[in-house]
Amino acid sequence: MTDQQIIERINTSLAEEFELDLQDMTSEANLFTDLGLDSLDLVDLVIVLEGAFGFKIREQETVRQIRTLEDIHRFVIDKKRSLERTA
Amino acid sequence: MSLKRVVITGMGAVSPFGVGVGTLFEALLAGRSAVRSVPELAALGGLRTRVAALVPELDGKEIPRKFRRSMSNMSIFAVLASQEALAQAGLKEAEWQDGRTGVAIGSTIGSTRATEKFFTDFFLDRSLERMKSTLFFQIMNHSCAANVAHTFGISGRLLAPSAACATGCQAVGFAAEAIALGKQERMLCGGADEFHPLTAGTFDVMEAASIGYNDRPQLTPRPFDRRRDGVVCAEGAGILLLESLDAARLRGAPILAEVVGFATLSDPTSIANPSAKAIVTCMRAALDDAGLAPAEVGYVNAHATATEQGDIAEGEAIAALFGDRVPVSSLKGHLGHAMAASGSLELIASVQMLAHGCLIPTRNLEEPDPACGALYHLRHQEAAARPALLKNNFALGGVNSSIVVRSMA
Repeated sequence: MTDQQIIERINTSLAEEFELDLQDMTSEANLFTDLGLDSLDLVDLVIVLEGAFGFKIREQETVRQIRTLEDIHRFVIDKKRSLERTA
Repeated sequence: MSLKRVVITGMGAVSPFGVGVGTLFEALLAGRSAVRSVPELAALGGLRTRVAALVPELDGKEIPRKFRRSMSNMSIFAVLASQEALAQAGLKEAEWQDGRTGVAIGSTIGSTRATEKFFTDFFLDRSLERMKSTLFFQIMNHSCAANVAHTFGISGRLLAPSAACATGCQAVGFAAEAIALGKQERMLCGGADEFHPLTAGTFDVMEAASIGYNDRPQLTPRPFDRRRDGVVCAEGAGILLLESLDAARLRGAPILAEVVGFATLSDPTSIANPSAKAIVTCMRAALDDAGLAPAEVGYVNAHATATEQGDIAEGEAIAALFGDRVPVSSLKGHLGHAMAASGSLELIASVQMLAHGCLIPTRNLEEPDPACGALYHLRHQEAAARPALLKNNFALGGVNSSIVVRSMA
């Protein structure tokens, strides 16, 4: 998958789960203040990403530092690339 | 201690006929049935019934996702019905959020659909890793009450009675008592439930589900009829806004009826089959609470689900207390049995009967079963002769409840 394909899959998965408008999902959008998510949503966000990409990230400290959509994009791309290198 | 008088100032319904009290009452007046074939029930091994009364597809998306994410259908029904009740009462947001408004809304159990969803996934590998955080809020027993309170920002007491088919009636009774005691100024109250094949299965296992009219769904259930063959499961929500009479008068609210009596009791003679004696005791206690004699009641809205034994016990009890002078009908023939919602939905319809001065007969009652006692069965619409009515609801587990309301017009 290219980085762009990863970003698109993240955005469509989150848009479906949290009923977000794709137009609002700019990279700099803050999950909490701009997109209206909260701590419960963050738990489900992890499950959605795990389901979409087939990896386990729940215990990773970096997940707790996610604030913007770009944080998610970067985190998932890094995770995917890291898994590809160790495969 | 003096008790406050309690009145109904708002009502809301989501029924198998659709959204709204008007929709419900119009269908009842027209004598329609909401029961239909549900062929997908054939997919369940051992389940013989193929009929149910389901809420037509509705758009829950008018409820913001923030609140809707913790809701299964039963909570969506309860929220939409609550919205209608609050609107009819003309209550302002600041008033229902002032801490003196509470919620008493129950369901039979939490969402079976959500429970099924969880366990279907869990048993793949016995892992919790895919469990969404909001699933629990749909499964918990107080899901409807909590979701209503959160959606509307209600901060008074929160009750979630759970007594199967007596839930809706109990919720209204407990809410009325909270207001009468001065603990709350108003209460949103009632019952809600959503259909799941296992609910129908519960009755089928006990030989109490209707299975003989699968090809003629509109002819079942048949309360008090000689050819009745059991319960038809339904779903929905019936929510009432109760207020102290003083509070309602102070804000010039429309008063639909007064809740004048309530009783609920345990019938320990059988966990499955009601006894006429305990039903008489319950109805008499509700009338005593209201300070009314049986002759002052103008209508009995029966629980009558069309089971063999339940209808006989209730019919005998009504005949023993009221004789054959008080008109009796059951609305299960139109609506099916909406479980926890049945008590409050039928109470709402009964209040509408008082308001319109028109009593609705039992649908599908063609040949009254003499075993159900010599009752004044309503076979056609009749004018309401007296302003007070008594409503019964009974539940598996041996729970009886009766409520008495009176028109104030």
